[in-house]
Amino acid sequence: MNKTGKKIFINGNEAIAEAAIIAGCRFYAGYPITPQNQIPEYMSWRMPEAGGVFIQAESELAAINMVFGASLTGTRAMTSSSSPGISLKQEGISYMAGCELPGVIVNMQRGGPGLGNIQGSQADYFQATKGGGHGDYRMPVLAPSTIPEAIEHVMTAFDLADMYRTPVMLLSDGILGQMMEAVEFPVYKSKKKLPEKDWILDGAKNRKPRSVFSLMMQNPTILEKHNYKLAEKYKKMETEVIHETYLAEDAEILVCAYGIMGRICRGAIDMARKEGVKAGLFRPVTVWPFASEVVSKLGKKAKKVLVVELNLGQMVEDIRLAVEDNKKISFFGKPGGAVATKEEIFAKIKELIK
Amino acid sequence: MKAVYTKPISLTETANSYCPGCGHGLVHRLVAEVIDELGVRERTIGIAPVGCAVFAYDYFNFDVTEAPHGRPPAVATAIKRCLPDRIVFTYQGDGDLASIGTNEIIHAANRGENITVIFINNAVYGMTGGQMAPTTLEGMKTTTTTKGRDVKVAGHPLRVSELLSSIEGAVYIERVTVIDPANVIKAKKAIKKAFQNQIDKKGFSFVEVLSPCPINWGLKPLDALKFIKEKMMEYFKLGVIKDSTNSKESK
Amino acid sequence: MNKGQKVNIEKEKCKSCGYCIHFCNKGNLSLSKAVNTRGYLYIEFNDKENKCNSCALCALMCPEAAIEVYKEEKK
Repeated sequence: MNKTGKKIFINGNEAIAEAAIIAGCRFYAGYPITPQNQIPEYMSWRMPEAGGVFIQAESELAAINMVFGASLTGTRAMTSSSSPGISLKQEGISYMAGCELPGVIVNMQRGGPGLGNIQGSQADYFQATKGGGHGDYRMPVLAPSTIPEAIEHVMTAFDLADMYRTPVMLLSDGILGQMMEAVEFPVYKSKKKLPEKDWILDGAKNRKPRSVFSLMMQNPTILEKHNYKLAEKYKKMETEVIHETYLAEDAEILVCAYGIMGRICRGAIDMARKEGVKAGLFRPVTVWPFASEVVSKLGKKAKKVLVVELNLGQMVEDIRLAVEDNKKISFFGKPGGAVATKEEIFAKIKELIK
Repeated sequence: MKAVYTKPISLTETANSYCPGCGHGLVHRLVAEVIDELGVRERTIGIAPVGCAVFAYDYFNFDVTEAPHGRPPAVATAIKRCLPDRIVFTYQGDGDLASIGTNEIIHAANRGENITVIFINNAVYGMTGGQMAPTTLEGMKTTTTTKGRDVKVAGHPLRVSELLSSIEGAVYIERVTVIDPANVIKAKKAIKKAFQNQIDKKGFSFVEVLSPCPINWGLKPLDALKFIKEKMMEYFKLGVIKDSTNSKESK
Repeated sequence: MNKGQKVNIEKEKCKSCGYCIHFCNKGNLSLSKAVNTRGYLYIEFNDKENKCNSCALCALMCPEAAIEVYKEEKK
């Protein structure tokens, strides 16, 4: 990726907002909720500066439906929130999937259920990857582990959204949102040849009127056809897997973690290697589509598999499905907002090799 | 022979799926006539509600989108902000606008969004089979108020136009009906003004139409018109409820 | 559509709500005896006494946009 050469110290939330602007996002609607407030705050002045539209919506429901509306006009649009607010956005996400509208939704996860707390969390993995809204849809979900990676994948998210006419989620957490790193913003250039937006609603001038809808009531075969068409698209989306491995080829202990925990587990693996323990990391960046084949291969080679998450065990189910050997899979989680340290994870690794 | 009245170009040839005597078709026609007369068909984007008018995209001959139940004002807000020179309107029923979508309509009005809202008040949920709406009259029988709406339990019918009239950002609010030719002409005039305001960048304009739903009211179409005149208009008074069009400078 | 008359009714769109019959001052509109393909009786225009003045109130009240009105051009 081309860099601008200018390094700045910035928190994750603001970096995500700026990355969206660089990626050509020209519409943002959001509603305050901790720990993502710097995104709407940053967008409130930065978006107008970039010639785009910022709206502080009356609710998360309104915000996602504003993204729905902006997307209809062909504008790159984004909203952000944190877990309870993302629950409210599920209505709009499902409609966007049904109407095939692109858009980016950022979830800076916090603890749950209910109001939970405002600490970082990974408790929304199921909601994000298994379809939080109603209906039989899929949505690409990207889980960055560092701020530079968040910047990169905000851009990926917009490209995937336009490529497949789909909502895309950036699944991050309060930790990445609040921490600061020195980053260099890249120059945005789409890695994909994006299709022309020949479906937008901008007035039927010199063309036939268009309509956008997800209601297919006339007879069951129409909805069936629509859903098969979507399924074909989801099949293509499944090729967009992004993952990272670290010292995984010869790993006897395969640690699986994503997002912020992926980054911390790397530290734990370094500690293990120093003591001669062959530990390695599998870190999915897209948690849907999931790199099942990769983890299947690595997991079958390894003696033990340790899944680490900031929840009670969600991605571990996808790992189980891929590795198909329940006995060798262990889970280590923190469901209350505290972050698992590399020392704790290293201790867990040592326990497994006993 | 010279044409006195022909079908507006802004309506498609598709026969609508509304019940006999339903006001939706009539109001669709008025909206289409206004859009034709203002010459804005090629830059109009409509937002259909959830409810009987969900299929409006089949009947209007311009760009139309669906929106989740109650959310058309949020969708319209974004479309208008992204494309300020397009004509954007929502077409919503009383379940959509006055119940599940109260938040969206109040805040779109409060932001003074330069959009047009057509609000069909027929005092009942039509599409789902005749349940009580926020606008159902006291004592009126519906499938969820089988003994008639008891205001002690279900509250009083909501006067949305009056409610919105306290909002600074709303510039024009009028309640009309379509029960006879004189009222249809008035309704069309109000709808035209609500669109003209948008063209003139005056801001949020809102027309509530008291509209017959003979099937769910259990009345013959002509009796439904009588019901509006004798019952609905008693509670929902017709007329201009707010008009600060002339004091508002273009935004 | 039965073109060539002052009032043309697209009978397939008609649902026999009767608004046009009610508001026609001349009594020129009535319900058919047959039904259209959707099963509705439809409106028929009959101006035997040449009373129609093309006022278009019928079209104005029609929820189906099924009525078109014409008038004779002055010579």
